Amino acid sequence: MTKTPIITARDVDVFYGQKQALDKINLEIPENKVTSLIGPSGCGKTTFLRCINRMNDLVDICRVEGEIKIADQDIYAANVDVVALRSQVGMVFQKPNPFPKSIFDNVAYGPRIHGLTSSKAEMEELVEWSLIKAGLWEEVKDRLQETGTGLSGGQQQRLCIARAIAVKPRVVLMDEPCSALDPIATAIIEELIDELRKNFTIIIVTHSMQQAARVSQRTAFFHMGNLVESGPTKTIFTSPKDERTQNYITGRIG
Amino acid sequence: MTSTNTSFLKGQAHLTKRHRAETRFQMMGRFAIALSLAFLIFMVGSIFWQGKSALQTHQIALKLDLSAKNVDPADIRSARFDAIIKAALRETFPDATKRAEKRKLYGLVSTDAGFELRNQIEEDPSILGGTQIIWVSASDDVDIFSKGQIDRHVPESDRRLDDQQIGWIDNLAENGAIKSVFNTKFFTNGDSREPELAGILSALVGSALSLSVCFLLSFPIGILSAVYLEEFAPKNRWSDIIEININNLAAVPSIVFGLLGLSIFLSTFGLPRSSPLVGGMVLSLMTLPTIIIASRASLRAVPPSIREAALGMGASPVQATFHHVAPLALPGMFTGAIVGMARALGDTAPLLMIGMVAFIVDVPKSFLEPATALPVQIFLWADAPERAFLEKTSAAIIVLLLFLVLMNIAAIILRKKYELRF
Ligand SMILES: Nc1ncnc2c1ncn2[C@@H]1O[C@H](COP(=O)(O)OP(=O)(O)OP(=O)(O)O)[C@@H](O)[C@H]1O
Ligand SMILES: [Mg+2]
Repeated sequence: MTKTPIITARDVDVFYGQKQALDKINLEIPENKVTSLIGPSGCGKTTFLRCINRMNDLVDICRVEGEIKIADQDIYAANVDVVALRSQVGMVFQKPNPFPKSIFDNVAYGPRIHGLTSSKAEMEELVEWSLIKAGLWEEVKDRLQETGTGLSGGQQQRLCIARAIAVKPRVVLMDEPCSALDPIATAIIEELIDELRKNFTIIIVTHSMQQAARVSQRTAFFHMGNLVESGPTKTIFTSPKDERTQNYITGRIG
Repeated sequence: MTSTNTSFLKGQAHLTKRHRAETRFQMMGRFAIALSLAFLIFMVGSIFWQGKSALQTHQIALKLDLSAKNVDPADIRSARFDAIIKAALRETFPDATKRAEKRKLYGLVSTDAGFELRNQIEEDPSILGGTQIIWVSASDDVDIFSKGQIDRHVPESDRRLDDQQIGWIDNLAENGAIKSVFNTKFFTNGDSREPELAGILSALVGSALSLSVCFLLSFPIGILSAVYLEEFAPKNRWSDIIEININNLAAVPSIVFGLLGLSIFLSTFGLPRSSPLVGGMVLSLMTLPTIIIASRASLRAVPPSIREAALGMGASPVQATFHHVAPLALPGMFTGAIVGMARALGDTAPLLMIGMVAFIVDVPKSFLEPATALPVQIFLWADAPERAFLEKTSAAIIVLLLFLVLMNIAAIILRKKYELRF
């Protein structure tokens, strides 16, 4: 790796109560690249993703050990402001969760609380930009005041993506963002991911090998709480070192 | 082959059994609902039946001499209106000669008749200067007799009106000098020893003042406690203890809160006895647990994904709570508050303890004046010996039920208005 990584995870252990969900994860995530996390269901991909913006703090029984650094700052240090962290590390959840407010307010919420715009026109422009980027603008431009929960599942997910990028975070975490989308919408999102990469660092969890191969430059394979293998996507898919990786990407486990 | 086909369509024995069990269960459910509805209809119906007559009252027409000799147009208030009415009664029924008979005769009209006459004259002085037919309120005995609630066939000694009085009333009725009118006094007067004058306004105002104090105290305190406990407080042994205690408080009999109010608000703080302020404070002690429990339940019902969405956007916990979670929980909070307030509106025991059981004639004008409340007024009237208070009791219950229904409708409307679907 030539550039210094923006995110480094060292010996990260995660416990849910007594149960260990992640075991000694060491992973480096380069800036302005797409990294995909793959692995069978329940292997800890979501758990790892939620460590990066400290969403796991919300789960009472969850305990995170080890060190995660973003741009050389330990995000689990005592003096870290979680609110500032999350404004820099946006997240798109596995299940679409728009606010039960209007489509416009859904997207405008983040910029509003972080004070990113100074006028109404600027806000409208930002909302439009985000919705276009998420490939939703054409479908909703005439009904921005309708409630976001009234959209279809796939539209809701794109709304959540628009909402996440509206605050222009440095890192965007995407947990299976395309699992509810049709191939056309998926193509739009993949195009978006590819474009966002210029300005943002993206980590995406996906169950689709093709998607991982298409959008990501680096891939990490998780299995039962362990990080089995990580490296350039090409290498992982063409010549995996570990047998488990080989089996998974060829469809024999998972 | 054919036999298996038909049995597949017709259903086997065990299927028939399941259907029968289902029918049986549904029948039992319908029966239970029918039974409770019947009880409800019976209760409300009988109260209405007894109370509706309180909305009517009777007036008597008297031929009054309002010439300048009796009433000086320049100084109306100096006139002796009672004497004018008595003279008119004597003139109409000259057969009352003895003192006792005269007193019975004067008892046909309300003790308030003199005031009524004065008010009518002050409103329209043009009726002065001659003989006029004026309607004044009948006494409670005449009123309930005219409503058919005194049986003239029972022995004379057992009824409140003797044969002579009944003769007078019959005579008035024959001449069209008794009429039934809408009982406005019931809604514009305070309590009175005279049933025909007693009204519910002072109790109603007392209840409204107490309830507003109760709402202003318990709603903000209740929802803020609920929000803090549910969204911010660390979950540990202490929060468990607090939760258990709040649940227990909701089950404490209300009279205990009355005693608490008596010893703290009255004895220690020295707040005015019988006042709506103290009444509202005591009622809010009682409604607080209800509001906290209902609000916590509705906060818990907000999908956690909404919280995660907001926090994931970089909202602070307070922003996530007040921008997203609390608005979604608000309908449930309102419902809880209104249910609690409805309970407070109907509760008597705690108010008895702090002295809101007083005989209040004047409509309270501030939170510190002595007042009573609707349920206490019902309690007082139910206790009164006069037959005429019976219908007042039922009528007051109708008013109370009406307000409960209104509050529940308000709860439903608020819930519908703020409810959001996912
Ligand atoms: N809130 C929680 N409480 C307890 N255990 C949890 C919790 N969340 C996740 N786990 C456990 O941690 C392990 C990893 O879960 P995680 O959600 O990270 O899997 P995943 O790789 O995202 O799976 P999927 O592909 O199905 O989304 C699982 O065994 C799961 O049971
Ligand atoms: Mg997952």
